[in-house]
Formats: sequence, structure tokens, C-alpha cells
Amino acid sequence: MTRAFQWLIPHPLLTLILTIVWMLLQNELSAGMLVFGFILGIIIPWSTSIWWPDTPKGFRLGKMIRYSFIVIWDIIVANIEVAWIVLTVPSSKLKPAWIVVPLELREPEAITMLAGTITLTPGTVSADLSDKGHSLLVHVLHTDDPDAVRDDIKTRYEARLLEIFT
Amino acid sequence: MTLLIIGTYFVGITLLIGSGFILVGVIGLLKFNDPMTRLHAPTKVGTVGIGMLLIASIVHSFDLGEPSTHELLIMAFLFVTAPISANFIAKVNIHRRACDTPPAPPRDDTWSTLNVEEET
Repeated sequence: MTRAFQWLIPHPLLTLILTIVWMLLQNELSAGMLVFGFILGIIIPWSTSIWWPDTPKGFRLGKMIRYSFIVIWDIIVANIEVAWIVLTVPSSKLKPAWIVVPLELREPEAITMLAGTITLTPGTVSADLSDKGHSLLVHVLHTDDPDAVRDDIKTRYEARLLEIFT
Repeated sequence: MTLLIIGTYFVGITLLIGSGFILVGVIGLLKFNDPMTRLHAPTKVGTVGIGMLLIASIVHSFDLGEPSTHELLIMAFLFVTAPISANFIAKVNIHRRACDTPPAPPRDDTWSTLNVEEET
């Protein structure tokens, strides 16, 4: 039974997301659209499963949702900070810096999420990954204390992502 | 009726905030002179700027009595793709040595963008 379920729905979360995306695209809430979206949600992951060789082993959805709320809040706060920097700090007094963040995360999915989060929160852009994938290069727009920014990224985002992908 | 008025004001305010952020992004793009610092202004301020405009669009569609939630998809796809384009611009900057050389990574040999054979 579980084998049949795994064969039919190799990625349950992807199936759910595809169903929701289909219903949003159709812009209507009806049983027919739900069923059709669900059928798409089964066919697409099944036919593309060759390109998804290994799923992340553990993924905690509840912690992920809390993480996304924290990120959205940070995006809003940091946007105001960056807007303030753009408007008030003259470019000659700007102190941009490179930061190297040593990574404890190993899954490619988790590193991608961390890099995406860093880029979405204003003031920091993740620029590059080291050749063996052990550190992340981050560019900061304006900072007096680069080490504090690095520790902030590690405690605020990476620690939470480590909990999500266990 | 009052709900409609509140909705209209809400749409107006979110449109103003959104366009304000976009204006700041454009100012940042024009003001800074280093390619890496320039990258910060538009990618960042774009997220809240466009997010606000899309929220305004959703509320307005509810106001008109034709609820539409397409905008949530636009927001989701934008949030997924924006970091990737920013990352590619940053990589091009590093590759062309258009910015300060980044410090060497502590545990590996070099950054993956710099890890290429020099063309002669």
C-alpha cells in the first residue's frame, strides 16, 4: 500500500503545490478544478521524477511556514532600512563589504533556500558558493560590523533551516 | 458601502507605498557607482514595491466584486526568481573582476566563479 502510494505520489508536497497553483491560475474555487489540479499534481511529479533523484529526507512543514513568516517580516523591516540608506547615505560614505558565511547545511535544497533568503532580505546579496560548497559569499550594502551580519545570518536563518531539513 | 470606501483608501495607500519604494530603488540605481552596490537597490526594493502594487490589485478586484488571486502567483514566482537573477549578475561582476576581489573561502580552494581556466 505504501509502495503504491509512493509510486503514485513521489512528492506529496509538490502535488499539493501544483494543485494550489492550478486553482489560482484558473481563478475559481470549484470541485472540478480541484480534481483537475490534483490530476496534474499527480502526472507532473510522476513524469518528471527522473530529474528529482533524491528527495530531502526530512522536511518539517510547520517550521517552514513559521520560517517564511519570519522572512517576510525581515524583508519588510530591511526594505525600510535600505530605503533609508539609499536616501541618506552619500555613495562616498557607503561601506560595502564581502562576507564569507561558513555553511553547516549540506543539502543543495537547503543551501538554495538560504541563498534565496539572503538575497530577498534587502542589504545583502548572496553572490557565490565556494567550489566544494562549504562557504557562501555574501555582499553587504552598508555595514560597520561585518562579523555581526555573518553571525546574524547564521543564527537567524541557518539554524532554523538546519531544523527544517533534518 | 463603508467597506468599499475603506477598500478604496487601502488601495490608494498601498499603491503610494509601492511606487515610493520603486522610486527609491531607481534612485539607488542611479546614485551608487559600484556595480555590486548598485545591484542592491533594485532587487531589494523591488520585492516590497511590486508586492504592494499586487496587494493593491487584489484588494481592488475584491472591491469590484470580481475576486482575483492571480497576483499571489506573480508574487510567489517573483520571490523565487529574483534571487537567481541577482545571483547571476553578481557572478558576472565577479567573473569580469568588475568589483573588489572577494576574500578567499576558509575551507575550500576558491569561489566557484573564479574556478575556471584563464583564457589566453
